[in-house]
Amino acid sequence: MDIVIIGGGLAGYQTAKEIRRTDRHVRLLLISSDSADFYSKPMLSNALASKKTPESLVIKKAHEMAAELDIEILPHSPVEAIFPEKKEISLGNRSIGYSKLVLALGADPIRLPVEGEVLSVNDLSDYARFREALAGKKRVALLGAGLVGCEFANDLLAGGFDVDVFDIASQPLGRLVPAECGEWIRANLKGVNWHFGANAMRFENGMLHLSDGNALPFDVVLSAAGLKPRTGLAMNAGMACGRGIMVDRFLETSSRDVYAIGDCMEIEGLVQPFVMPIMHASKALASNLLGNRVALRFPAMPVVVKTPLSPTVVSPPRPGSKGAWHAEAEEGGVKSVFLDEGGKILGFCLCGKYVSEKNSLSRALPDLL
Amino acid sequence: MRKWQCVVCGFTYDEAIGMPEDGIPAGTHWEDIPESWNCPDCGVAKMDFEMAEI
Ligand SMILES: Cc1cc2nc3c(=O)[nH]c(=O)nc-3n(C[C@H](O)[C@H](O)[C@H](O)COP(=O)(O)OP(=O)(O)OC[C@H]3O[C@@H](n4cnc5c(N)ncnc54)[C@H](O)[C@@H]3O)c2cc1C
Ligand SMILES: [Zn+2]
Repeated sequence: MDIVIIGGGLAGYQTAKEIRRTDRHVRLLLISSDSADFYSKPMLSNALASKKTPESLVIKKAHEMAAELDIEILPHSPVEAIFPEKKEISLGNRSIGYSKLVLALGADPIRLPVEGEVLSVNDLSDYARFREALAGKKRVALLGAGLVGCEFANDLLAGGFDVDVFDIASQPLGRLVPAECGEWIRANLKGVNWHFGANAMRFENGMLHLSDGNALPFDVVLSAAGLKPRTGLAMNAGMACGRGIMVDRFLETSSRDVYAIGDCMEIEGLVQPFVMPIMHASKALASNLLGNRVALRFPAMPVVVKTPLSPTVVSPPRPGSKGAWHAEAEEGGVKSVFLDEGGKILGFCLCGKYVSEKNSLSRALPDLL
Repeated sequence: MRKWQCVVCGFTYDEAIGMPEDGIPAGTHWEDIPESWNCPDCGVAKMDFEMAEI
């Protein structure tokens, strides 16, 4: 096979699409451990209230994608090992050779050390399980007040559930936004019972036990504690991994002719588990796979938080940036900008009415990469 | 005037409002938005994903 892509998520499919834009002939194989049906993962956190079934989130079936892109697809086929020196991958019972290999493996939800039945929603089958667990139920505990946690909280509220959110941090979106914005989000996600500085230990007989000795009753516990890039396959094959599978500006890993993209990838210390980075990276990757060297560039990529009760868009400064947040608040919103010592804007967080300033402020931001 | 939703991220485009900040005046029909247009929230290109009418 000419090009083999492992992973049937947005990163894998978008890479195939970008290749096909310039090359109709190169032979392409996409292998995925799941059904490889094409769906929108971001919609998982705003599908409940609108009563979307897992089936209705599928945009195209795997066989339709195969026909449309003129590629071969192997669904339900976990790749077990990569042998870069032989340019082969193993599916357990068979091996497949490649000229170029793309790892688009995604990320696993981080599992909190909480005993008992705790769900997480990171793909379509998780979403199906979550919906089933919620049927006829009322009280939901969410572990994690990050981006995805807040989105689920808003969606569950809109769906008529009672929602409690637990986080060891002291505010929502603690890792992304400054305190003023966190406070605004907390106040505007009206109806959520927040438990900050709280540490859940165990969910047993319908009671969620906290480390301070308290226990509260819930029907369902959902964890949204962040993601961990899937590095195992690459690590076992000797490729350099940090938090993610490390690639250079040409998206190549430390093994020749093996590339990585999407939630599993780390580039110059950055892990960017969002859609927009995939859109940029897939263009550069397709070019490099087809022998036309193009270095990846990331502009600033603001993230829209899908919480209609507390509209927020955030473009965090690059980790380690020197400077400080400066907030201004008015009735109906908060705007905070991250400025360096020279007064140059490196990031922003816009809440409420200020979200309309996203485009104009984005233009002032430096490239991320 | 209709409303459209990006099938990947849920962004809605309201023809009545347009996206004046992006140089798309109020009243612009979805069909008249150039193929090179990208969803402002997730970056998906118009030519990749038709928006769904809502
Ligand atoms: C609830 C939720 C809401 C989100 N909301 C937003 C949002 O609003 N905006 C935004 O920009 N981003 C959002 N994101 C992030 C965004 O969805 C991801 O960045 C993106 O979907 C990642 O795509 P991917 O292809 O890298 O990974 P995935 O979609 O996880 O795909 C990985 C694929 O690899 C396959 N695979 C893994 N290991 C193997 C193996 N060994 N062999 C074969 N196949 C394998 C899997 O089966 C899967 O098909 C959200 C994420 C979640 C979970
Ligand atoms: Zn979009």
